[in-house]
Amino acid sequence: MIIKNKTIADDDWIVLRLGENDTPEGIAVPPGKVIVPLKVWQAQRDVLQARAELGVWLASDERAEDLNNDIEKFSVIAVDFPKFADGRGYSIAHHLRTRLGYTGELRAIGDVLRDQMFYMQRVGFDAFAARSDKDIPEALKGLSDFSITYQASSDEKLPLFRRIQRGGGL
Amino acid sequence: MYRYDQFDHQIIAERVAQFSDQVRRRLSGELTEDEFRILRLQNGLYMQIHAYMLRVAVPYGLLSAAQMRMLASIARKYDRGYGHFSTRQNIQFNWIKLQDAPDILADLASVEMHANQTSGNCIRNITSDEFAGVARDEIVDPRPYAEILRQWSTFHPEFAFLPRKFKIAITGASEDRAAIAVHDIGLAAVKNAQGEVGFCVLVGGGLGRTPIIGTEICDFVPWQHVITYLESIVRVYNEYGRRDNIYKARVKILVKAIGIEEFKRRVEADWQFTKDGPCTITVEELNRVAAFFTAPDYEQLPENDAAVAAQLRESRAFSNWMQRNVKPHKVPGYAAVVLSLKKTGIAPGDATAEQMDAAAELAERFSFGELRVTHMQNLVLADVKQSDLIALWQAARELGMATPNIGLLTDIICCPGGDFCSLANARSIPLAKAIAERFDNLDFQHDIGEIELNMSGCMNACGHHHVGNIGILGVDKDGEEWYQVSIGGAQGNASSLGKVIGPSFTFAQTPEVIARLLQVYVRERFADERFIDTVRRIGHNPFKEYVYAAPVNDDKALIGAEYALLAAGAPYDTPLYSPGL
Repeated sequence: MIIKNKTIADDDWIVLRLGENDTPEGIAVPPGKVIVPLKVWQAQRDVLQARAELGVWLASDERAEDLNNDIEKFSVIAVDFPKFADGRGYSIAHHLRTRLGYTGELRAIGDVLRDQMFYMQRVGFDAFAARSDKDIPEALKGLSDFSITYQASSDEKLPLFRRIQRGGGL
Repeated sequence: MYRYDQFDHQIIAERVAQFSDQVRRRLSGELTEDEFRILRLQNGLYMQIHAYMLRVAVPYGLLSAAQMRMLASIARKYDRGYGHFSTRQNIQFNWIKLQDAPDILADLASVEMHANQTSGNCIRNITSDEFAGVARDEIVDPRPYAEILRQWSTFHPEFAFLPRKFKIAITGASEDRAAIAVHDIGLAAVKNAQGEVGFCVLVGGGLGRTPIIGTEICDFVPWQHVITYLESIVRVYNEYGRRDNIYKARVKILVKAIGIEEFKRRVEADWQFTKDGPCTITVEELNRVAAFFTAPDYEQLPENDAAVAAQLRESRAFSNWMQRNVKPHKVPGYAAVVLSLKKTGIAPGDATAEQMDAAAELAERFSFGELRVTHMQNLVLADVKQSDLIALWQAARELGMATPNIGLLTDIICCPGGDFCSLANARSIPLAKAIAERFDNLDFQHDIGEIELNMSGCMNACGHHHVGNIGILGVDKDGEEWYQVSIGGAQGNASSLGKVIGPSFTFAQTPEVIARLLQVYVRERFADERFIDTVRRIGHNPFKEYVYAAPVNDDKALIGAEYALLAAGAPYDTPLYSPGL
């Protein structure tokens, strides 16, 4: 189960992670709906691009631009949060949405917790694989912590001062 | 000053609700301490030695009388009747219970205040010039920009989990009173040849373990573009700043590692995507915010007040106070007054609830109901009629807030240190008191003249010791508290980092070391030469040689009561509230 488009949804994607002894070239990508590491995509691109459905995930030290012009090839792009306090994933999502124009599913994976999901949603994530030990209906509440925001981001293209008429001086 | 509209109110109310729920989940065990820690820090809540400490934001140092009264009320209701004004113009309460924190935030919200992002690895409270709007040397009033940036940085979704904390300071005057060179970003408002307003942007300044003076990244960012430009700086930092070592995670380390040219190249490459985009500040928004900072209803007054002139001749105490605590104002007949929170015997920057209430009343009586907090840990009434100065002086004296020591030796910047802070290596408040007691003589202080003595209890440098003319740093040697002394640091336009004079000293030795440094100064100075200028002219060696020439007495009795307190350990008994333990 994951959170997708603000509801709880079934999920049959498998996230492939490289083990200690795996190499991006050598690892066998199982059949079915698999979200592969960026490095595996780069190493096995010729074979993988024939798949009907494929996902890719970026580690927090990788960059959205590393996907080059491939973003249309994926049914889902995921960004990994190795620790919830590692904020690089927010800028990766921002780049994917606002610079590369990615419009497909953008999924947060890894240390994904309720109290960060509002910010994640703002920068463009629309799917959240909440950490497995957490209660998903509880986590869903995190998406509605705020109803007003100051800044422009992926969810609001305009900052508050261009969005609405603000209150004036005394 | 800025007033919340319905949207500001709603955002803050939703934040209080969010944090209340997070506290509830922590108390029920749903959130682990590791998960909760970062959430509470972003709401200003630290776990210190004795209790939680709540750091309340005072945006760019501005407070209304009603807000100050609320701070007094919080001090009484939830703390032990006092608070500590910090070097980032905020106020800290030291004896907070976790379960009270949501109620305190709700109380703050009722007067348009909050504790958002006063800690944690995010954009912190933006600091500014305490004389903004009234200073004679002001080019541009920085307050509207500070407020616009406050809103931009509040809950910025991309920048809540930066590699490390991120501090911004902004000034609009020719004299930098906001220490912008020691911030992650320093902004100095300037006007170009066409009279258009922009910002000279410094990046990568900071104190802490690796003190660095900020480097100019752009000499003129037009005001409309300041949000997008800053956003690009913070984005490049978020992407490339180190996360493997918290001591090398500030933006200053990144700027040093890749060089200012490469850093600038990355920032400007990013900026090309957003420059002129929707985050460009509109004239309407600037005007809307600036309208909150228009000048109060000043009266037409003569430049000088006759009664003040007479009192100056009659009273030495008054003239001392006028000389040190009263600052020029751009409007004839007005002055800005610094209320000293540095009375000898009091922890620098501390104010009791009674003093806060009284300061609020003084603000209403004498200064259009507004106050400012300075990064030197004092308070300011910015718009006082000169004809009110005598009455204000008398009232402030009774409150213990008229010590005529602003800019002098006992106007010590001091962090909470080992008495409160779990990071500290050594105590700073008792040493500040011991130094203040030793040099309490006002004639002596006035003779020494302008000097900044800054003290930190550890290398995190909350007491800005690197930029003190004399800097004192608490260090730990085999479990004992020692103090390293440096000279030659300065803040402001000619910022410089102090250099350590030699091996460190014990608590009891340190006041004597300060005395010897001052003796060298008095021996060597030219007429009217400030301490810092003498150090710059003659260098460190004469000071160093004199200090170390003869053994420094380490007699604990010299310190008397302070040392007894120190030796006895902290006289506090409140156990730390730790849910789940």
